[in-house]
Amino acid sequence: MVIEPRGTLYPRVKVKDVEKIIESSIVNDEPEKTLLYSPNGNSSSVEKYKNIPFYAKQQRIALRNLGMIDQYRIEDYIATGGYQGLAKALTDMTPETIVDEVKQSGLRGRGGAGFSAGRKWATCASAEETPHYVICNGDEGDPGAFMDRSIMEGDPHSVLEGMIICARAVNSHEGYIYVREEYPLAIMNLQLAIEQATSYGLLGDNILGTGFSFTLKVSKGGGAFVCGESSALMRSVGGDVGEPRAKYVRSVLKGLHDKPTVLNNVESFANIPPIIVNGGKWFASIGTEKSTGTKAFSLVGKVRNTGLIEVPMGTTLREIIYDIGGGIQDDRPFKAVQTGGPSGGCLPKEKLDLPVDFDSLTEADSMMGSGGMIVMDDQTCVVDLAKYFLKFLVEESCGKCTPCREGLYQLHSLVDKMSDGRAVESDLVLAENLSKSIMIGSLCGLGKSGPNPFISTLKYFREEYIAHIRDKKCPAKVCPSLISYEIIEGPCDGCMACAPACAVKAITGEKGKLHVIDQNICDRCGACKAICTRQAIEIH
Amino acid sequence: MVRLTINGRVVQAEKGEMLLVVMNREKISVPAICNHGAVEAFGACRLCTVEITKNDWNGWKNYVTSCLYPVEDGLIVSTHSETVINLRKTLLDLHLARHPHSEHVRQWAMEYGITQTSFEEIPDGDDCILCALCTRICDRMGFAAISTVGRGHGKEVAPPLNEPPPDCTGCLACAQCCPTEFITFSDSGTSREIWGKQFEMITCKECSKPILTKDFAETLSKTRNIPADYFEVCDECHRKATALTMGKISQWQREDTAS
Repeated sequence: MVIEPRGTLYPRVKVKDVEKIIESSIVNDEPEKTLLYSPNGNSSSVEKYKNIPFYAKQQRIALRNLGMIDQYRIEDYIATGGYQGLAKALTDMTPETIVDEVKQSGLRGRGGAGFSAGRKWATCASAEETPHYVICNGDEGDPGAFMDRSIMEGDPHSVLEGMIICARAVNSHEGYIYVREEYPLAIMNLQLAIEQATSYGLLGDNILGTGFSFTLKVSKGGGAFVCGESSALMRSVGGDVGEPRAKYVRSVLKGLHDKPTVLNNVESFANIPPIIVNGGKWFASIGTEKSTGTKAFSLVGKVRNTGLIEVPMGTTLREIIYDIGGGIQDDRPFKAVQTGGPSGGCLPKEKLDLPVDFDSLTEADSMMGSGGMIVMDDQTCVVDLAKYFLKFLVEESCGKCTPCREGLYQLHSLVDKMSDGRAVESDLVLAENLSKSIMIGSLCGLGKSGPNPFISTLKYFREEYIAHIRDKKCPAKVCPSLISYEIIEGPCDGCMACAPACAVKAITGEKGKLHVIDQNICDRCGACKAICTRQAIEIH
Repeated sequence: MVRLTINGRVVQAEKGEMLLVVMNREKISVPAICNHGAVEAFGACRLCTVEITKNDWNGWKNYVTSCLYPVEDGLIVSTHSETVINLRKTLLDLHLARHPHSEHVRQWAMEYGITQTSFEEIPDGDDCILCALCTRICDRMGFAAISTVGRGHGKEVAPPLNEPPPDCTGCLACAQCCPTEFITFSDSGTSREIWGKQFEMITCKECSKPILTKDFAETLSKTRNIPADYFEVCDECHRKATALTMGKISQWQREDTAS
């Protein structure tokens, strides 16, 4: 809980604390010292949330209103400056100057590809064919990513406002927000926001009395990962099966119903109102030269502080993981960070000082993606990780083109063989060649970037693959076929806790005497190690 | 008109024409098993992928499916570069793993020197290569009786709910364009079965040969405005009748000139 305007933060507030907080913070304007946040192992407490490292290095533009306003009240959004950008765009600006402002901001698409939003808008605006459409991609599907969902749920009006401004700039009168059915709250909140905005004259016919009209509908998707791909998404909005098509003619010229269409994602649109209000120059002054502004990430995995963050572009991975994330849980060594979702890449500790922006990540063979960031410690096996993401992509491939459908399936089989200890060294060569063909030959981005989980882990952790293949060892002690659980003499006091915990009855031993695991029976589930209080069970 | 170079040869084409169409006209051959003149290009098999570049691309190359790529001036195309050949080999290798029992697939793979797959053979792999020609041709016929179902590796072609498709008229367009002859049907003279659905055949009034299914004839006369009695006689007997008429006409003409 944050008490404004002081910005006093009270973490994990209980009902019994409320009285004290009201008494100190509200009545006396003094912080209640006993309830303030104190960092790990530090007795001194921090009062203001802005001084806590988790928040100190963040700068919130797209996420500006999250947690600050009541998402169900348009009045709250307006009270914090909402729809000022729209009013300015409709009354003080022309479509051309709106496009120029967005161009000047340097805003690049936050969905992953990082294409210049201003250039996209300009192309659509000058397209001769009509009508023009504006679509918002809210089909966030990366495992562990929830930036767009939080914005749609917590600040739906910021998306609406960005879209209406865009519609004005490209002369569109019809728009869609494509959201997956797995986000029911986002769908509900967006629909409510559309109703409210329409009743306030901010959407629909004759917006703000300017004569400009724009209607918005929420289009629900079935939750196929590939429908986040622009051409598949537009087919899905149009009522067809969500399969991609070749994009040799760009979707900004032939998009929904083959008409000019601007498609940007949730975070991109949420950035538009502040850009219009404060100017493109202001936005361009944040971040790096070629990647301007901020980027939201969902920071998850083995870091102390997980959650939604927003940092200026160019912030290093180290700052994100150690300053904001608070370092690795249990002070274990950092191993890698996966950026860009399942088809992104894994970056090792040598890359910790890499500035996070579109181009640096691509150069390091990873990608920005939509902003998922999964941090891994030394207990994560990269072969196992690649196998997990490949499995996800195999299941999410639409199956239209051969390299993605058959290629990713076979690539997953090969990596599975490696993690299972059945692979030979020529399998690694085969997998590398197959990856090249999938990347060149696939129809859409899903296939083209599909082998990335394998390619990027192989690039930085080749020795770990070799250990699995040649030595039949899993250095991180994860892959079940390549490890064994053993009870060590000494620490084991024969307490008999482990034997009943073993589902396959692989452990034998008498009370007070050393227990033994029968390796032929053991299925390496780890239940014995979890229950042993004397750390007598080791993984080899 | 635009000028482009394919395998070192300069050719001319209409702007916006698909590259594969131009290549076919110029007798430059690449495999393209999901392509068919009756339906729009689809880009599923990826075998027609070629390498393209332009003089001002600073050595950058792109790989595109020629069936879907509109030609432009100055395009430099290579249909058999090392990378392209490797891609085709991998694709055929993957097909061979998935459809180990298909003679057609074996044949295509053999043309690129592959006799044995490098990958794990899929034991219950059927012969459907998911080119979707059948479903696209069915759409084009106006029936859309079958479609692809599911996604990824489990994708298949099937009628709705795997039951005899209500919209199928037994026209056989799907089976006849299937490049691996995977879609089977049976004809018994008076009846036909395809996709688990039985059809009654119309037989020729003159020679008693089966012509087409009753359902297909009814649909055609309704949607294409063809008189229903047109289908009472087979094409061959129609031709015979026409020949007879033509013969009679020329006889009259001869008689006319003579008199």
